[in-house]
Amino acid sequence: MSTSELLSVIEADGTAPGYDPGLSKAELIHLYRTMLLTRAFDEACINLQRSGQIGFSIPNRGIEATSIGAASAFRKDDWFFPSYRDFGLPLYHGVEVVDMMHNMYGNALDTSKGRQMPVHFSFSEPIKLVSISSPIGTHIIQAVGAAYAFQQRGEDKVCLASFGDGGTSSLGFHSALNFAGVWKAPVVFLCQNNGYAISCPSEQQTASESYAIKGEAYGVPGIKVDGNDVFAVRQAFTEAVERARKGDGPTLIECVTFRMGGHSTADDPTKYVPAEIMAAWAKRDPIEILERALLKSKVLTKKKIESLRKEVAKEVQAASKVAAGTPPPALEQVFTDVYEELPDHIRRQGERSFDLAKRKGDANAGDGEFPL
Amino acid sequence: MANITLIKAVNEGLRTAMQKDPTVLCFGEDVGPKGGVFLATENLTSEFGESRCFDTPLSEDGIVGSAIGMAMNGLRPVAEIQFQDFIYPAFDQIVSEAAKMRYRSGGQYTVPMVIRTPYGGGIRGGLYHSQSGEAYFCHTPGLKVVIPSTPHDAKGLLIASIQDPDPVLFMEPKALYRSIKGEVPEGEYTVDLSTLRSVKEGEDVTVFCYGAMVPIVEKAAKVAAEKNIDVNIVDLRTLLPLDEEGVLEHAKRTGRVVIVHEAPRFCGYGSEVSAMIAENVIEYMEAPIKRVTGFDTPFPNTLEHHYMPDDRRVLDAIEEVYAY
Ligand SMILES: Cc1ncc(C[n+]2csc(CCOP(=O)(O)OP(=O)(O)O)c2C)c(N)n1
Repeated sequence: MSTSELLSVIEADGTAPGYDPGLSKAELIHLYRTMLLTRAFDEACINLQRSGQIGFSIPNRGIEATSIGAASAFRKDDWFFPSYRDFGLPLYHGVEVVDMMHNMYGNALDTSKGRQMPVHFSFSEPIKLVSISSPIGTHIIQAVGAAYAFQQRGEDKVCLASFGDGGTSSLGFHSALNFAGVWKAPVVFLCQNNGYAISCPSEQQTASESYAIKGEAYGVPGIKVDGNDVFAVRQAFTEAVERARKGDGPTLIECVTFRMGGHSTADDPTKYVPAEIMAAWAKRDPIEILERALLKSKVLTKKKIESLRKEVAKEVQAASKVAAGTPPPALEQVFTDVYEELPDHIRRQGERSFDLAKRKGDANAGDGEFPL
Repeated sequence: MANITLIKAVNEGLRTAMQKDPTVLCFGEDVGPKGGVFLATENLTSEFGESRCFDTPLSEDGIVGSAIGMAMNGLRPVAEIQFQDFIYPAFDQIVSEAAKMRYRSGGQYTVPMVIRTPYGGGIRGGLYHSQSGEAYFCHTPGLKVVIPSTPHDAKGLLIASIQDPDPVLFMEPKALYRSIKGEVPEGEYTVDLSTLRSVKEGEDVTVFCYGAMVPIVEKAAKVAAEKNIDVNIVDLRTLLPLDEEGVLEHAKRTGRVVIVHEAPRFCGYGSEVSAMIAENVIEYMEAPIKRVTGFDTPFPNTLEHHYMPDDRRVLDAIEEVYAY
């Protein structure tokens, strides 16, 4: 384990000497397929934004191995506090593409009831993926609290908190490492070092020699891995999750990767990311790296790859069709879930707004009386 | 005079202040070479160099805390918080430190700084790219809170805020950044803080508003005029300290008052204006004072057009108050 040398597993020729992912053939194919699915979902969202069908998305190209390699080391009953750039994580654990699409559209079937911007997912089934917040860093310390609860109840579950390099400058990051260290909390921290925080390169974020080393001062072991090598990511997380489960405390894992697109669909990275850097990283595409390894070990064939690609494209297309055809949330959804019980003053505001919408003819179809 | 957008006027205001005073500097997340996510600081790094317009690590606490130190020690920092929704890690620095430094040091140390931040809804930004948090800050003695609604005021109020000896929270209505244009004088000029602006004179109903609600109220007033209701529109533009005398004058003038803001209603800024009028000039009132506001819920995404006060809701209130 090192905070400065990069852990990587898959060699240029696709071999992974001495490495055993501990996955069956079917599981390896699932790992690979999730990467394809994530890429397809990401591309679809960018296109939907460009064509004006959804408002916003967060490009995930290039970071798939980081999210998915990490996800693969956790159990379904662990808890996840992801960043907004972690599409692969829910997909790996069986969240349906269509449920993610409902969120992108913010429609009536969105689990967040159309309240959040796209990519701010929240799922409680089949995994606990805690509602993603926009403010950077706030969730990191919450993951430590959730981990404490597992510890206190004697459960062997673990939390994942994922954030970008920029996130390490937040108050939440420092509180989280400090608390987790003191409590030996069963949590694994994933710092997705994708080179930039919007337009700010890593060297403006920190003067540390790495992000992994930041754990040291808090008594939290750090490790730096090749974030485009899904096996390396998986290996680091498998060890860290195991340690956490055994009661040996937290780990900070820095995954070195690159954001192969804008910060969001509202951003143009060509204005600040040097083209040479982009070109160099393009040669290290995480999907191609895993493809090489799985072709080499004969888990995959070219033909199988083709059929998987078609399959995921179809899946994503079908999901966007369903989500696009789903109506927006009903007006009452603006007023519910503020509290468990609806206070009178909010009820009155809801009634008035429903009345106005009805008078002006834009209450949603299907709404009769204000139902609250 | 040039006819420019509000965001361009902010940029012009910063440039003008930086040209005149070498101690003025701008910083925050993505503020440097990128020029800010809304381009408020576009080209300032190339014009003034990296020591005067630059990026910081991703920490609002760090941005505001360091700005306080700079301000106490002879610089005039203009810190940008990328979205007002992300200001809360700096709440402690603003409320406990910047706003109280002059008082607690008996005037020995002062914090002449500006925190610029885009606020408000209308861009499909959901819970965290849409909020209007002015009321939290207006509850903070020692702080000034300014919100422009035109390009002219944006530049003039910003320069005045930078020259002001006390900390100013300068909230920019992002919905208006590019949706409106207006005449803006070249070079330096200021708009005095704590003075309101009469947007349109009228005799029947006074509507107090600020920021992105101003054009919405103007729209409602046009429809009201067709119904023979003459609306008096007042842009408060400095919320703290407020031009109290001006507010009472305008309230007395029509005896009928509506207050509009997009922030939630409960303990919102409108309650202060309403209380002030009730306490001082209630005998002039011919109708109950009405508020049109965002709901007492977090800010939604898909249905934001129902949440934000629009001209129809404003018109409803104007008619109600007028008919009383
Ligand atoms: C507290 C806070 N400040 C500012 C922002 C605006 N913002 C959104 S994403 C971002 C950059 C985040 O960079 P990083 O943590 O490296 O994650 P990445 O986007 O690279 O995955 C910023 C500044 C925010 N969301 N929250």
